[in-house]
Amino acid sequence: MDNMIITGMLAAVMPLLGFLIIQAFTKKHHMLSAYVSIAMIAASFTMAVLILLGQLKTPGMHNYSLPWMHIGSVEMNIGFMINQLTSVMLVIVTFVSMLVQIYSIGYMHGDDGFSKFFSFISLFSFSMLGVVVSNNLMQIYIFWELVGLCSYLLIGFWYTKPEASDAAKKAFVVNRVGDFGFLLGIIFLSTKAGTFDFIAVEEYVKSGAIDPNYLTVIVLLLFCGALGKSAQFPMHVWLPDAMEGPTPVSALIHAATMVAAGVFMVARLFGIFVLSPGAMLVVAYIGGFTAIFAASIALTQDDIKRVLAYSTVSQLGYMVMALGVGGYTAGMFHLTTHAFFKALLFLGAGSVIHGVHTNNIWDMGGLHKKMPVTSVTFLIAALAISGIFPLAGFWSKDEILVATREAGMPLLYYTALITAFMTAFYMFRLYIVTFLGKEKGEASRRAHESPLNMTVPLMILALMSVVAGFAGVPGQENSIYNWLYHGEHPHETHFNMPVAITSTVVAVTGILLAFAVYFFNWIKAENLKKASGPLYALSKNKFYIDEIYLFLIKRCFFTIAEAVKWFDKQVVDGVVNMAAFVMRWSGRALRNTMTGRVQDYALVIFGGAVAAIVAFAIYNPAALQLLGGR
Amino acid sequence: MQQFLASMLSQIPILTIIYIMPLIAVILLFLIPGKNQKAIRIVSLVFSSISFVLSILLFFAYDWNAGGFQFVERFDWIPSIGVNYFMAVTGTNVVLVLLTGIIITAGVLASWSLDTRPKEFFILLLLLVTGVFGVFMAYNLFLFFLFYEIAVIPMYLLIGIWGTGPKEYSAMKLTLYLMAGSALIISGILGLFFGSGLSTFDFDRLLTVNYDITFQKIFFPILFTGFGILAALWPFHTWSPDGHASAPTAVSMLHAGVLMKLGAYGCLFVAVWLLPEGAKFWAPTIAVLTLVNIIYGAIGAVAQKDLKYIVAYSSVSHMGIVLLGITAGNSVAYSGAVLQMFSHGVMTGLFFALVGMTYGRTHTRYIYDMGGLAKRMPALAAFFVLTGLCSLGLPALSGFVAEITVFIGAFRTYPVLTVIAIAGIIITAFYVLRMIQIVFFGKLDEHYKDLTDANPVEFTALAILMFFIVAVGVWPFLMMKVIHSSVLPIAARMGGM
Amino acid sequence: MTITLTHYVVLSAVLFGIGVFGALTRRNAIGIMMSIELIFNAANINMVAFSRFITPETAAGELFTMFIIAVAAAESVLGLAIILAIYRKRQVLNADQMDLMKW
Repeated sequence: MDNMIITGMLAAVMPLLGFLIIQAFTKKHHMLSAYVSIAMIAASFTMAVLILLGQLKTPGMHNYSLPWMHIGSVEMNIGFMINQLTSVMLVIVTFVSMLVQIYSIGYMHGDDGFSKFFSFISLFSFSMLGVVVSNNLMQIYIFWELVGLCSYLLIGFWYTKPEASDAAKKAFVVNRVGDFGFLLGIIFLSTKAGTFDFIAVEEYVKSGAIDPNYLTVIVLLLFCGALGKSAQFPMHVWLPDAMEGPTPVSALIHAATMVAAGVFMVARLFGIFVLSPGAMLVVAYIGGFTAIFAASIALTQDDIKRVLAYSTVSQLGYMVMALGVGGYTAGMFHLTTHAFFKALLFLGAGSVIHGVHTNNIWDMGGLHKKMPVTSVTFLIAALAISGIFPLAGFWSKDEILVATREAGMPLLYYTALITAFMTAFYMFRLYIVTFLGKEKGEASRRAHESPLNMTVPLMILALMSVVAGFAGVPGQENSIYNWLYHGEHPHETHFNMPVAITSTVVAVTGILLAFAVYFFNWIKAENLKKASGPLYALSKNKFYIDEIYLFLIKRCFFTIAEAVKWFDKQVVDGVVNMAAFVMRWSGRALRNTMTGRVQDYALVIFGGAVAAIVAFAIYNPAALQLLGGR
Repeated sequence: MQQFLASMLSQIPILTIIYIMPLIAVILLFLIPGKNQKAIRIVSLVFSSISFVLSILLFFAYDWNAGGFQFVERFDWIPSIGVNYFMAVTGTNVVLVLLTGIIITAGVLASWSLDTRPKEFFILLLLLVTGVFGVFMAYNLFLFFLFYEIAVIPMYLLIGIWGTGPKEYSAMKLTLYLMAGSALIISGILGLFFGSGLSTFDFDRLLTVNYDITFQKIFFPILFTGFGILAALWPFHTWSPDGHASAPTAVSMLHAGVLMKLGAYGCLFVAVWLLPEGAKFWAPTIAVLTLVNIIYGAIGAVAQKDLKYIVAYSSVSHMGIVLLGITAGNSVAYSGAVLQMFSHGVMTGLFFALVGMTYGRTHTRYIYDMGGLAKRMPALAAFFVLTGLCSLGLPALSGFVAEITVFIGAFRTYPVLTVIAIAGIIITAFYVLRMIQIVFFGKLDEHYKDLTDANPVEFTALAILMFFIVAVGVWPFLMMKVIHSSVLPIAARMGGM
Repeated sequence: MTITLTHYVVLSAVLFGIGVFGALTRRNAIGIMMSIELIFNAANINMVAFSRFITPETAAGELFTMFIIAVAAAESVLGLAIILAIYRKRQVLNADQMDLMKW
């Protein structure tokens, strides 16, 4: 157990401590709870930075396990694995979590559940760090579920709102479906390999001891987990609804960290994933499809948070696609930059909602003057996500494009380009409608800039959105690529000028089109709507996926459940009642023989005795001798 | 510490003391006038707590490195027919004894405010517990059956007198089912007795007998079904929803929490251990039935609208997991099954306690009549949510640990069945969260605005139960070692580790 | 004509038959009692006759008969007392109306 491990352990445990302290002692004192929580996460962040610095100096793997449950040969441990990947994730999680918590002091001010909110956020941070540091499959599943729990608790934070409690339930159940696959994958794999340990499992798989087809099944099952948690099609339905939770939660959990856990998991198990080319293909195409699919929905949404939610789904699809084509570092790099600018977007949206008390973008407008800091930081994030040079998104998105192109998958490459175009368009549609133009209603007239504890995190994140990309400027000896990937490189990424120019042109076109439609009104939005015909309705209604699921659950599943209930009552219980009925009926029939008259009984006794003797006489005459016969 | 405790406890007949405590309380209760309700409650609580504390000590005193029968108490009783007083515990037993101690203590606390004839209620309740404790310690089959019947009989009166709804029907149905089970068990036990030719009921001597294969094939299903009825094996499960729904809170807790485990315990320790060849022959068939239990119980719970029925069907589903583990034939699955017995026992006890407390406030169990209760009773809601999460197998709570162990073990034997069984956890998540949402979330109904949260006594009961769920969920190491030491011999006899 | 064992046995059988017939068909409780006495007596005749013809050296049969007569007397007393009690309570002597044993 070296210093690296101890630091990692402390970093993970600090937020748990915060959760426990708040739950046990400081629930009544709101501000104190917030300070405890922030102090703990700040401590975590400090340790994460120490780990990152250490890893930058001497990259390497640190691994340590504590026994958790041993059942004969099945050994489950709680472990800590610190390597380059972990250290990056540690910093992202603690950093964003810290900023979001500071922001929440302002945002959640005056809420009844203020302390509860901070305790849950702390619990979430702990769980997420648990996922990050885990060194075995079982542990990652455990914390995987715990982050799901925190997500459930925080989406349903305002539980008196029916939509919130619905959304919370939906999120959990949909994730459960994904986790079902994940768990199966873990059981399949660990039963074969005889261990849960990442390193040992990877070695086992590399040795070629698993049938390739079986391995494909395993990898796809494991990927199911990512499908649910990272909201990939067809399990994306929970993420937009999850926006019913408080906005800081959306920023932290449903944009920056938890939803990235799926991507992180794929990255963690990358050594296993790459051994199954078939499964990787599925991963890549699901990612690509999700990216373009969600982006097309984001084009038409009216709720500021829903636009961002679909944007998140789309960007996650991007990352998954990157991993699927083998772009390990590209995916992880995009995860990092996305965490910053998407958190920023959400916090900005939160700041807007805090100011205008509505989610509908058409009730806003002209907020730039009222909320300058929010507006400027939001603009930076929008530029970053659109992939404009030299912001963070440019570098990471470019790497993904290069990766798809070099993997020889033109279909995915063009999908990614179209998605990039849509992303630029809907982000600027959102920005223009919300911040520019005229004030459209009472709501935007009342608007005011948010307090300092909300705007400072925005500024810090904006700064990160600008500079984070430079860590991965390709072509340098010590860039993120050479550092992050342990083992051999699947892709030697390098700067690709044609791709960079294409992507920039696409993004700028999207932005200009948004301005043409929503700012200058050169093209009427109405005409655009008409021109697209049924496509508009499809996008507006999210391709009716929710309705299909609801139909399946309401009509099919509940019908089955009712059928089971009927079967239980009528058939299973029916057989039992039938047995009882037969007893009662035969009893009633036999009761007629009991007349209650002594003479009848005597007759039966006498007749019986005679019958017995006669029977003896017929079947066994020898027995008559017992009666004295000869 | 383990050695110190073990040496302390072996000075006294610890097992007898544990089960005799409720019996002493019964005798004392006879002497207390029925009007003095406070004294009745306190006597019940004190004596059940003594058993509880001793069972905790017993758990820590058990030496899992050595395994096997420990704290043996053995005297001749009726030697001519091999009926002896033979009490002992293995790892599984100490866990189940602990479970019983937890549930009875919490159950007495949960019945604190019961005011219809508390004297008779507590007498029967404690009598029942005496039987349960006895079953989990007796290693002479005659003695085992004796305790078993002591545990089953009071149930009839408890439900019939203190129940709600169609209580006479439920009490009758439950008792008849359990009697049918008993009939099978006693014939099975007599079969074992005569088949061995040793004229003994002592478990350890019967273990040395290798019964004829045909004999095993005939007697295994008899014994397994007999015990299986009590463990709600499909299709013999319908007594459980009706019985649990009608029973008073503490009885539901004890029944679902402990009595059903008694059946599962018998399945594993009597049927499988003594008749391994029969088990091998019948296991696939029974495994399919247990799968029906898991899926069918879960789907059945979806359609229910009464809180107790939902919990009861979820019990059917969870007991299916226990039985699946028992049929899997390896020590991992067995360990999981036993841990699931413990976990489900505590969890379902908690569930029924919570349902009882909610019902006591809202006077309805129909879920659509409630809503938004979390606003008025946050503590009860929090406990309910945690229990629900345990039920749907959330890590860091005991349910997950047990279920995952069963699944890992069962997967080795029945891969396809296990995959389908795991799908059951999705349905479980669905109905549990749906129930919680309907009852506790959303808008608070006007006429519930005066509800009160849990009082200190109720809170204590809930906290005791919750402590064990969390403790086992967070650190299952010790309990798993203790359990595993005791199922290894069974797995060895089954030929699989 | 000498009287042989067969004569006694036939007499006893006839007496027994009459007794059984009476006991099963008489409606009056007193009549049933009397028929039962006939059955006893049939048995007594059998006992004495077999004792006299098969084992004349012992008197076991005669002794048995003495017991039976005594027991029969006791039985009549009890029976009559019960019938009397029923009569006082319900004003009936008919056996087919005494069906309270049913439920």
